[in-house]
Amino acid sequence: MTATETPTTAEGRAFGQRLLRKEDPRLLTGEARFIDDLQIPGALWMGMVRSPYAHARIRGIDVSAALEMPGVRHVFTGADLADAWADPMPCAWPVTEDMKAPAHWPVAKDKACYVGDIVAVVVAEDRYQAADAVDAVVVDYEPLEAVVDIEDAASDRVVVHEELGTNRSYTWTLSPEPEAVERAFAEAAHTVSETYVQQRLIPVAMEPRGVAVVPGVYGGDLTVYSSTQIPHILKVMVAATCGVPEHKVRVVAPAVGGGFGSKLNVYAEELIAVALARRLGVPTRWTETRAENAVATIQGRGQVQRMELAADAEGRVTAVRARITADMGAYLQLVTPGIPLLGAFLYHGVYDVPAYHFECTGVFTNRTPTDAYRGAGRPEATYAIERAMDALAREVGVDPAEIRRRNYIPPDRFPYESVAGLTYDSGDYEPTLDRALELVGYEELRAEQARRRAAGEKKHLGIGVSTYVEMCGLAPSRVLASLNYAAGGWEAASVRVLPTGKVQVVSGTTPHGQGHETSWSQIVADRLGIDPADVEVLHSDTAVSPLGMDTYGSRSLPVGGVAVAMATDQVIAKAKAIAAHQLECAEDDLELVDGELRVRGTPARSMTLQAVAFEAFSAHDLPDGMEPNLSAQVSYDPPNFVFPFGTHVAVVEVDEETGRVELRDYAAVDDCGPQVNPMIVEGQLHGGIVQGAAQALWEEAVYDADGNLRNPTLVDYGVPSAAELPSLKLDHTVTPSPTNPLGVKGIGEAGTIGATPAVINAIVDALSPFGITDIAMPATPERVWAAIQQARSGSAGDGEGAP
Amino acid sequence: MEITLSVNGVERTSDVEPRRLLVHHLRDDLGLTGTNVGCDTSSCGACTVLLDGESVKSCTILAVQADGHEVTTIEGLAGAAGNGETGALHPVQEAFHAQHGLQCGFCTPGMVMAAVSLLDENPHPTEEDVRLGLEGNLCRCTGYQNIVRAVLAAAGEVRA
Amino acid sequence: MIPAPFDYQRASSVDEAIELLRQHGEDAKLLAGGHSLLPLMKLRLAQPSVLVDIGRIADLSYVSETPADGRVLRIGALTRHHDLATSELVREQVPLLAHVASRIGDPQVRHRGTIGGSVVHGDPASDLPAALLALRATLVVRGPAGERSIPADEFFTGFLETAIAPDEVLTEIRVPAVPGVGWAFEKFNRRAQDWAIVGVAAVMTDGAGGPGVGLVNMGPQPMRAAGVEEALRAGASLGEAAARADEGTDPPTDLNGSAEYRRHLARVLVRRALETASG
Repeated sequence: MTATETPTTAEGRAFGQRLLRKEDPRLLTGEARFIDDLQIPGALWMGMVRSPYAHARIRGIDVSAALEMPGVRHVFTGADLADAWADPMPCAWPVTEDMKAPAHWPVAKDKACYVGDIVAVVVAEDRYQAADAVDAVVVDYEPLEAVVDIEDAASDRVVVHEELGTNRSYTWTLSPEPEAVERAFAEAAHTVSETYVQQRLIPVAMEPRGVAVVPGVYGGDLTVYSSTQIPHILKVMVAATCGVPEHKVRVVAPAVGGGFGSKLNVYAEELIAVALARRLGVPTRWTETRAENAVATIQGRGQVQRMELAADAEGRVTAVRARITADMGAYLQLVTPGIPLLGAFLYHGVYDVPAYHFECTGVFTNRTPTDAYRGAGRPEATYAIERAMDALAREVGVDPAEIRRRNYIPPDRFPYESVAGLTYDSGDYEPTLDRALELVGYEELRAEQARRRAAGEKKHLGIGVSTYVEMCGLAPSRVLASLNYAAGGWEAASVRVLPTGKVQVVSGTTPHGQGHETSWSQIVADRLGIDPADVEVLHSDTAVSPLGMDTYGSRSLPVGGVAVAMATDQVIAKAKAIAAHQLECAEDDLELVDGELRVRGTPARSMTLQAVAFEAFSAHDLPDGMEPNLSAQVSYDPPNFVFPFGTHVAVVEVDEETGRVELRDYAAVDDCGPQVNPMIVEGQLHGGIVQGAAQALWEEAVYDADGNLRNPTLVDYGVPSAAELPSLKLDHTVTPSPTNPLGVKGIGEAGTIGATPAVINAIVDALSPFGITDIAMPATPERVWAAIQQARSGSAGDGEGAP
Repeated sequence: MEITLSVNGVERTSDVEPRRLLVHHLRDDLGLTGTNVGCDTSSCGACTVLLDGESVKSCTILAVQADGHEVTTIEGLAGAAGNGETGALHPVQEAFHAQHGLQCGFCTPGMVMAAVSLLDENPHPTEEDVRLGLEGNLCRCTGYQNIVRAVLAAAGEVRA
Repeated sequence: MIPAPFDYQRASSVDEAIELLRQHGEDAKLLAGGHSLLPLMKLRLAQPSVLVDIGRIADLSYVSETPADGRVLRIGALTRHHDLATSELVREQVPLLAHVASRIGDPQVRHRGTIGGSVVHGDPASDLPAALLALRATLVVRGPAGERSIPADEFFTGFLETAIAPDEVLTEIRVPAVPGVGWAFEKFNRRAQDWAIVGVAAVMTDGAGGPGVGLVNMGPQPMRAAGVEEALRAGASLGEAAARADEGTDPPTDLNGSAEYRRHLARVLVRRALETASG
């Protein structure tokens, strides 16, 4: 156990304490209300009739049998709802001026374009009746040939949207100096050329999605309850898409059971629930089943990556060339086309590289749309560069740790202007490598590996290293504008000290497991010198928190948390002005200690924050011109992204007889700057690492050639359980970001970003005696076994041949 | 048909369709929404409750099968103080809190009930016993590390 | 993910269950723990019109030795996996069976699922049938014409098919006691709660028939590794015997593995099982 895993009970500053979470008791007792828990009188249940075909023309829909079933009130087809929409479903990230985007309607009108596409909606009195009625709707389909494979789609052999004339939605290029890249490759002593496949992943938030809409027919607000990460964005989109005046829309995210990007979207079911609640004048609701979730909620990843490195004789990288084909799926969801761009700047990772070329082509296929999944673009980029660095180490003939040391951006170069045009705020990479290697006992492991190989053992040891940096904290609105993103990246927070001295914080971030109520309380309590228990954090309801840009992209702390700190500081400034007036001293003579404003050197002259707050509330004797109430509101637009980093080391054992990979040990040393609550940081890393390792070892949305998802249940889709995993070893370094007053960086996605390449590098390392240099993800036992068989039979095995 | 269950110590009589799943009976008929539904295939364990003291997946039991039996849900674990204050949490709930064994909290009721049953059958488990014993409960947030620690802590087996 | 509607009947005795099955014919299904049937009904892959709940027949859940010689363990069809796994008697007399039961599904499934329900489902991916084949168990069924005993070898007749008639009820499983005899169970899967990609149950009996080896997921029905058993009887080495593990099998190709991979796994896992069982 490392020092960081020992809970401490440090008194004093609230910032940095392992404070137990305020959120827990209600979640531990069943008191918390998730979307399906809400009791909504009079609500009708919706059931979605979904296409069983990946590509089919809808010739007709017979709803008569369904309408005769008990409890069934209505059935609506796409044609029935054609006038319900002011606009098609939103894509907020048209990445290029000439990006091709099909009109995407909540209910398909003429054609279904993926398995799961909604073709009709039944409305019944309870969920059982709705489920029965879905089966009774008879749809006459004319099946069309489907295009499933990414590269097949790029060839336009079959076109998903005839009106676009091609499956290629866009090509986005970042190539600051093309000649420099050509020159670097021409002059390289070593080159690496690799192709990697980022399989599609199903996010599997444990809570499926759900929505309930109360229409407020006679003047009440239209209230949308949704299991969403983005109530604020959803409010704008509901207004735009359904033609509801925005000031009459309220969106509430109740307790939300995980998101991982999959609830960072505007979904057809949400818009249908709004449209039908308005049309029928009664509340509507829907809860997704797990089987629906597999096809109707966005999937993650889905890329083919061609990755090339040029290097000098010592293995110093002189150029990176990355060419990506990305699977958009059948439609562009909220930020589908932009996901690869979130990685576009990071294909040289933590390495000081002078020449850079990135290009990405987004293509349509007849599959569920892809969109943000934990890390969104950055895991893909990190995987590519970290796999390629291991390939370079083999090429040059040095240890994978050594090739990294030779290429790290040195600590004295920060802030670092990257070849891709980013400014990395701060970093010091090598100490994280040193510590991670120490945690697993790297030298001893290499000795054990050599011993086993010499003895001809059939269980092979492998060690995999990955060092990552990511850009997160989305973030500067001007930068987002330059990427054609439709919205900004600011965050809002209010802090108000109530007349009794208790504090309410209103946050524009929308936690769904991240513990903002606890961490934001710590930030505020720390600055005010009060007990975090005296701070309440309100969020996730647009009527309570009208301003916000929500939670995704590891942005909540470095943007939203910083906004909370800034609002707190404004409250302190106002409190000082009031206290100075009351105590008849200069503001500069006051200090805030333990919730009390004291005159320096004369501690007897003081006012508690509570007394100041009451003065502000009664407003009997405030400085001239000062507004009543002790509160402040801040909208904070950060000057830059933040760049957390770290090194992960995976240790695996591979059974050459069965192909089974066992994750034996895992160490992660991460740096997200100062930690508000180390316990929560570690929790984010634990979960993130397991999700990243799961991409390497267990998970893949498997499609057949006709576009059917073959593993839509949790029986077949391999989310790991506790039984498959080792205890993870964590440690950290602290390199503050100079760009925000807390020095903090995001940590929500870091684990996932670091883990996948570490695990695959470890497997390839274990299999290196066979001459194996690649293994497809997930590295199933059969794939590993097949790779060994192929290697033994003489051909270079990559495991691609296995199912 | 009419069924009577003892739910968290209270006799509850209802008229249900034979096909009604126990989890929907608890949630929709009896208003005990702490027990969650996370899948369709008895895989995720979010719906775990105790039936006659043993962990079961309430999505794979018909309400009529539970007729005459005792069901304990997450709502029945903590004592209620009855005055608006929180009652004492069950030691397993306390341990999940103390060890940060939950994040979004959706798998948590099922995970806690599975852990209660596990510790009832094996009061002094090893880490491996706990990991294997929770094989039927999926969590997407925690990587299980602090869940395992929580269960070991609840068993008094965790060493600082 | 809600079952289609059905009629529900409770049987308070085996005879009543047989009578209800006779009345309702092929549209009726027996419901015990429900952990094989309800998942299929929720996905609407099974839509029986009548469910006959035998879960309340109290006298079908037991483990006892036969009074005569104590060499055969009698297990009631409604005995749950959890009870099998934790029964002192089973752990002493047929430790393989207790261990296999402890590896089925997950604890919640083992608290509900029954040996009878698992066996009559006839699923080649189930663990218990392979163990019963290896142990040369006998299955006792009762129907309108009375009781009959079916050797495990004759019980599994095809994919999800058994020798049991639509109006018969499995009442008891009889397993020869093998205290002190070497045994092993190799379950190869990706996640602990998953079905086996391939499983091997082996018991090194030296009496009639010699060692028994059962295979999970190596064909359309639960089967024994006949070639391995024959080789062992003929005195072959463990390695030689294991090399015949896939003889006569017809393994499926699915998302978890190709037929070729399963054949290979069977050979590896049988060798490991035999080594453990002989060790």
